[in-house]
Amino acid sequence: MTATERAFGSSVLRLEDPRLITGKGRFTDNLSRPGMAHMVVVRSPYAHAKIKSIDSTEAAAMPGVVAVYTGGEMEAAGFGGIPCAWVVPDSDTQTPAHPPIAIDTVRYVGDAVAIVLADSEAQARDAAYAVDVDYEPLGVVVNAKAATEDGAPLVHDDVPGNQCFHWTVSGGDVDAAFSEADVVVGETIVNQRLIPTAMEPRAALADWDSSMESVTLWVTSQNPHIARFLLSLDTGIPEHKIRVVAPDVGGGFGSKIPHYPEDSMVIFASQQLNRPIKWTETRRENYLATIHGRDHVEEVEMAAKRDGTILGLRAKTWANLGAYLSTASTGVPTILHGLMLSGAYNIPAIHEDVYGVFTNTTPVDAYRGAGRPEATFMVERLVDLVARELSMDPVDIRRKNLIEPFTEGHEVATGLIYDTGNYEPALDQALEMFGYEEARKQQAEARSKGRLVGIGVVTYTEICGLGPSEVAGAVGFGGGLWESAIVRFHPSGKVHLMVGVSPHGQGEATTFAQIVSDQLGVAVEDVEVIYGDTDQTPMGWGTYGSRTTPVASGAIMGAIEELKEKGTKIAAHLLEAAEADVEFNDGVFSVKGSREEGKTIQDIVLAANTAWSMPEGVDPGFEASAFFNPANFVYPFGTHIAQVEVDPETGEIDFQRYVAVDDCGPIINPMIVEGQIHGGIVQGAAQVLWEGAHYDEEGNLVTGSLMDYAIPKAEFLPKFELGKTETPTAVNPLGVKGVGETGTIGSTPTVYNAVMDALAPLGVGQVHMPLTPEKVWRAINQAQEGGN
Amino acid sequence: MEVSIKVNGKSYEREVEPRTLLVDFIREDVGLTGTNVGCDTTQCGACTVHLDGAAVKSCTVLAVQADGASVNTIESLANGELHAMQQAFTEKHGLQCGFCTSGMIMTAVKLVESHPDIEEDDIRHGLEGNLCRCTGYENIVRAVAEGARRFDPHSPWEMDPAEHKITLREAERRARERSRT
Repeated sequence: MTATERAFGSSVLRLEDPRLITGKGRFTDNLSRPGMAHMVVVRSPYAHAKIKSIDSTEAAAMPGVVAVYTGGEMEAAGFGGIPCAWVVPDSDTQTPAHPPIAIDTVRYVGDAVAIVLADSEAQARDAAYAVDVDYEPLGVVVNAKAATEDGAPLVHDDVPGNQCFHWTVSGGDVDAAFSEADVVVGETIVNQRLIPTAMEPRAALADWDSSMESVTLWVTSQNPHIARFLLSLDTGIPEHKIRVVAPDVGGGFGSKIPHYPEDSMVIFASQQLNRPIKWTETRRENYLATIHGRDHVEEVEMAAKRDGTILGLRAKTWANLGAYLSTASTGVPTILHGLMLSGAYNIPAIHEDVYGVFTNTTPVDAYRGAGRPEATFMVERLVDLVARELSMDPVDIRRKNLIEPFTEGHEVATGLIYDTGNYEPALDQALEMFGYEEARKQQAEARSKGRLVGIGVVTYTEICGLGPSEVAGAVGFGGGLWESAIVRFHPSGKVHLMVGVSPHGQGEATTFAQIVSDQLGVAVEDVEVIYGDTDQTPMGWGTYGSRTTPVASGAIMGAIEELKEKGTKIAAHLLEAAEADVEFNDGVFSVKGSREEGKTIQDIVLAANTAWSMPEGVDPGFEASAFFNPANFVYPFGTHIAQVEVDPETGEIDFQRYVAVDDCGPIINPMIVEGQIHGGIVQGAAQVLWEGAHYDEEGNLVTGSLMDYAIPKAEFLPKFELGKTETPTAVNPLGVKGVGETGTIGSTPTVYNAVMDALAPLGVGQVHMPLTPEKVWRAINQAQEGGN
Repeated sequence: MEVSIKVNGKSYEREVEPRTLLVDFIREDVGLTGTNVGCDTTQCGACTVHLDGAAVKSCTVLAVQADGASVNTIESLANGELHAMQQAFTEKHGLQCGFCTSGMIMTAVKLVESHPDIEEDDIRHGLEGNLCRCTGYENIVRAVAEGARRFDPHSPWEMDPAEHKITLREAERRARERSRT
């Protein structure tokens, strides 16, 4: 970056990188404390069983073992159940107890039954195998819809029918829409269970300080302040005696939002033993005991007129919540899903029933996009079905139904008011980049030769930048969704920016420094962004829901504005000028027209810190803090287009092209934004093509390791072609919108629609994700047999 | 069992259990935590190091198998200044959370060493043993291509530090040899 270039809008290289590329990352498992012991969790091999007895005599006597604890002992020490932080209103939500270590019943394979503490991890692991647990197996249910049927085994005795909640969203006259319709399309969508698979498994290190009766917990968290708040509820340790530190965190994608049982276990053990305790998950454990995502069965229908005008959408969804409620479990398939069923379209009537269901599986919570990829998939799949029914081009039907441009808010049938939108320019740009017309001609030619080429087009919008705290409360989220920031100038002019959000790969240590640099004229390198430590940072609700930049930047800008005002006062005093005559540009306060006699911000900062001569009524120091509670969510949007070719002989899908045009408002760092979109696209495409968690009837996770669960590799993917439009939001001072999830939300239906388009000439109706070669091959054969 | 393993040019004699993995030896016995562990089935490649000059997953090698060998980890790559591949990773935004990065860079270094004129398809294929969940690989592929472009086999930091810490006399000898050819 040259001096004349603005920091805002430049691809500034990341300030996070030097330590990460040289092997100096501060990941939780890299940390150790003097006298530290290691914890290994004994986990249930049964999906549902009574614990008849636990005999730890042999384990306790093994070398290096310092203790073995069970759930009863943890309960006796005053540790309560793991709280769920989101209970959707207007429903009958059941919140059954969730003891951190199972006390009399285990409810999924991986449920904790005991913990072993030893001097080394290997010793703890050896001893864990020697803990003898006598189980009495109980009936198991893994499928959400089956779990609601009469006679299904009960996951929790106090939750009849395994139904956690029934929630509805309704807007417009749905029955009328369907009775007036010329065409009605529908199908049953299985939005399969996914395993987030952040490359860094979870880890937690607790250090109880008996002299201060306080604890420090280093943990792989996306939201240390929420972790501290929730820990104060179940550990009984007051919030001001808990310090939560999320050092470098190796990816999260939602899976490091929840407050997990192990966080409490290490604190409990550290208190009991007066030693620091570390626990690090194996990948196998990560697959069993860290949350999963998605897992819906959806019966969906769309009504439309013959000209392609969409009249209504109706859906019934069974959301598998797993065995216990995780931190945000109930909000994901309801608020973040059902409210987004209008997508980018005018759909006058919408109704969805959502049944949240307990099963004997790993708890399900937020995974990248969290409810919104499922919503977009449903809408975009239905729009394509209508187009096919009416022999319309998928682009034409979308163009016909897109919401017209708006800047003052647009209310959709579900009750949400979108902030800003201008969808057609993104669609046009994507079509041009893709060469859509030419591609369709080539597709027709390929089809005439029996080749199965498919093109998928999706125009999406999504809700992010979570969000107005009043709305958070109204939708049952057990916290606020505002953010805060402190901008602190040190005497030499270097800056600490402390924020309550907690990035873990998204690069805000850089983009936030760019904001400060751009606004206050200091070098990007002179700004250190501090995050991830509840003792060092002001309150904030964390990094998820594509909220970090749109919400925290509002707080940062508030503090910056305050400092600009203070700087102006001090400069006027030092320059012996009237405040109104002082302007501030590129880091210099000066009387209009005489910049060379002005004072740099560093001059002003030093003057404020020495305070030898301050204007009347102005305090010493150069620091400001601000809070930002956004007035609305933000709604990024865009058009994605994919091309695939299916091999009719093998069912293999060649993923050939991907064009994404996204609008996330003004871009602070294009390099980082592109990286977010790339990663998002791949996680969505992976759901379509490769990934899917699978349980057998006994509740064993069959896809329980990286050998069985197909995380995409570099060679599976095409090069991505990205474009953008820039529609600022009025919701925050910089006009910025989130971009962490757009890729996933757009790509899941795009890639699916492309494959279905490829298979359309054969009359293949539906194949459930993931579209593995075997499934596609079978579908092709079935369609051909049916045709013969 | 007693092992002697050279890590980043320094010898470590340690008593290890027969089951101790090389990665645990590196992280716990040597205390170098730049090599990360992302799985337990040799899929993710986060733990890739150079063992006697070859890129290997250090979770799949026992410490006793590396007895007498020379291991180089991510910590050895920058020698005063960043290695070309490290520089390419930051410039092309080839990392986000950074957890897979050490292994990705160690794999990439060996990939371009053996294929200096590598093409994009081969880079994608060459990275098949390394998983990244953040980047969608696009920028990793760009970074490796950039690293390959800058790769200079005579650059001192492209070699094992144990080898390139040479005496002045040796440097002069090599310079004479180069000028003769």
